[in-house]
Amino acid sequence: METKNIMIVGVGGQGSLLASKLLGRLLLTRGYDIKVSEVHGMSQRGGSVVTYVRFGDKVYSPIVDKGEADFIVSFELLEAARYTEDLKPGGKIITSTQQINPMPVITGAAQYPQHLEQTMKAAGIDVDAFDALSLAEQAGSPKAVNLVLMGRLSRYFDFTEEEWLEAIGQSVPEKFLELNRKAFALGRNS
Amino acid sequence: MKTLMLGNEAVARGLFEAGCSFVSSYPGTPSTEITEAIAKYPEVYAEWAPNEKVAMEAAFGASLAGKRSFCGMKHVGLNVAADPLFTISYTGVNGGMVICVADDAGMHSSQNEQDSRHYARAAKIPMLEPADSAEALAMARLAYDLSEQYDTPVLLKMCTRVSHSQSVVECGQRTEVSKTYEKTPAKYIMMPGNAKRRHPIVEQRTAALTEWAETADINRLEDGPDKSMGIITSSTSYQYVKEVCGDRYPVLKLGMVWPMPVQKIRDLAARVDRLVVVEELDSFIEAHCRDLGLQVTGKDRFSCIDELSQNKVAAGLDKPVAQGKKLDETIPARPPVMCAGCPHRGLFYTLAKNKVTAMGDIGCYTLGAVPPLGALDSTVCMGASIPNLHGFTKAGGGKAVAVIGDSTFMHSGMTGLVNVAYNESNSTVIIVDNSITGMTGHQQNPTTGFNLKGDPCTKIDLETLCRAVGIRRVRVVDPYDLDQCDRALKEELAADEPSVIISRRPCALLKYVKHKKPVTIDPAKCMSCKMCMKIGCPAISMTDGKAAVDNTLCTGCGVCGQLCKFGAISAAKED
Repeated sequence: METKNIMIVGVGGQGSLLASKLLGRLLLTRGYDIKVSEVHGMSQRGGSVVTYVRFGDKVYSPIVDKGEADFIVSFELLEAARYTEDLKPGGKIITSTQQINPMPVITGAAQYPQHLEQTMKAAGIDVDAFDALSLAEQAGSPKAVNLVLMGRLSRYFDFTEEEWLEAIGQSVPEKFLELNRKAFALGRNS
Repeated sequence: MKTLMLGNEAVARGLFEAGCSFVSSYPGTPSTEITEAIAKYPEVYAEWAPNEKVAMEAAFGASLAGKRSFCGMKHVGLNVAADPLFTISYTGVNGGMVICVADDAGMHSSQNEQDSRHYARAAKIPMLEPADSAEALAMARLAYDLSEQYDTPVLLKMCTRVSHSQSVVECGQRTEVSKTYEKTPAKYIMMPGNAKRRHPIVEQRTAALTEWAETADINRLEDGPDKSMGIITSSTSYQYVKEVCGDRYPVLKLGMVWPMPVQKIRDLAARVDRLVVVEELDSFIEAHCRDLGLQVTGKDRFSCIDELSQNKVAAGLDKPVAQGKKLDETIPARPPVMCAGCPHRGLFYTLAKNKVTAMGDIGCYTLGAVPPLGALDSTVCMGASIPNLHGFTKAGGGKAVAVIGDSTFMHSGMTGLVNVAYNESNSTVIIVDNSITGMTGHQQNPTTGFNLKGDPCTKIDLETLCRAVGIRRVRVVDPYDLDQCDRALKEELAADEPSVIISRRPCALLKYVKHKKPVTIDPAKCMSCKMCMKIGCPAISMTDGKAAVDNTLCTGCGVCGQLCKFGAISAAKED
């Protein structure tokens, strides 16, 4: 099988590490070779962060390069737009419509671009944009947006719901299990 | 059982399995998680040292005692520890000793992108370089066998993409290893007479390791049908080469990058039309090939700047490069920022307001340099702020301060302060004490009162320490109180002797720190003057011309409220 590439992008502190952990667990049970590349240190402080998940029969590089991503899963709209160049032709962006102003916008040095979803679609990019934050709040916590996004991503994979739920069980603490399952289901089914 | 493991966790697992029983490190991205992971094994003693030099010397002491020992650090940390490094190369070891250095090509979280392989050659110490987590585990184990067999410390070189990537590993069992100490002055006392006798032994050791390199499994030739090109590579560069070329060309993957084999490389060169070296940062393997008199290309195709990637390697090998679609839209950058509620913010606002030259240091507080605060003038390396200030002040540079964190002060700030006191410069040193090593993800340090394993321990008192080295003016301020900060800064700058201001408040991200309710902003009172925007807090923005607070981010620190002249920002009532 050709190596599949997923990028998880967002703003430092939004919870992308749990999403990649979940994917890692799931893919490992299927016997794939996997590499997951994370970012630690300085860039985590509210900056733009990227996690790469690659899986297949044999995975060499730990990173996803320009024009290679099959899926970009984004916690924030501007971050989805930032990484379109990484998308493979025919790849798909799954993004929350949440907008978080970066410091240059807060200080007035730059503008947050309007209508980014339309701009991406007009450029011929396959975008699935939805309000993941509201669904997470509906599930019980805005922090569960990572599981909502994973639920949405799960629609495009042939893993069964049971396999996903088992991986979730292995990735989150017992007391948050119900919340995360709910968030996953809302992302997958709504 | 197969499991996914971070490269750094795999190193820790390898140390554990090899029977390592003493670990001393100083945190530094991307090396930190090795020591955090090894601390979870009860069989292993593990500690945070105040700096990398101390860590390496402590690990050497444990090796003398007959234990397998380890110290880990980032690339710039090895500069700090370079002094013992060059001499323990001469003494060799008793118990095996492994030194991990993690480079940061691309400078994801560093002040330079030096190539640590040069240290292996300069100090004449073997260096292993894993390319994924499974190799990290296996090479950590192998390093101890080499260390004891060849009587040498061994360098294990990681990089950001190996340290911080998870890949599949299989774990093994721990083997306990221990020797006894025997007094051997000729080997361990490096005064000239002894050292002169040790140097030839070091050269013989390198020759013996070069022999080993010829047949070692970790220097692996993967043959390929197309002999128009042969590639020599290592670490992640190997992964990029395989990603681009698959099994088409013969590839020599070096698992030991110092010393390098000679005959193995000559054999490859003889079998292919042209020899290409793919390596990150400097010409190192390529320079070795040139020393052997071989025709080789490398740095003319792969830059010595920034990390490599599969697309860069494809371009350098004249292969098709994948491309994506860039939007026409201008996407504003999202640089890292000081967190909402960060205790450093009030202090930096005070420095910027007073237009003081500020010599910075290494830590989260380096972010005080970015707009709108823009409060720093220099950042060089750990501990540099205080001597920078001393020189600047002595040379008549004007009104200036040094800003250094609690952990960085313990690391290498103290000696700078001794110099200020001893040579009597009228310097004002500000220790930003957030009671943790913040940047690398909350590690304990000598000022926190807890050790690596989380147990209570001796807490170094900063005020007492500063007074003990001869600073008479030592005062503590709360950085959430802008008036207090402003008064302290003005008074200490005016004083006719050296002084220390300790700006003390724990990091807002620490679990035990209780946040207040978010501030409230009365839009009717807000005059849109944007004074509250001057502190660069991610929780405040201008919405429809009025200041607005993001309740999910605001910690209620109240610094913004002290700037509002119209009383529009107020603290929420506590329950």
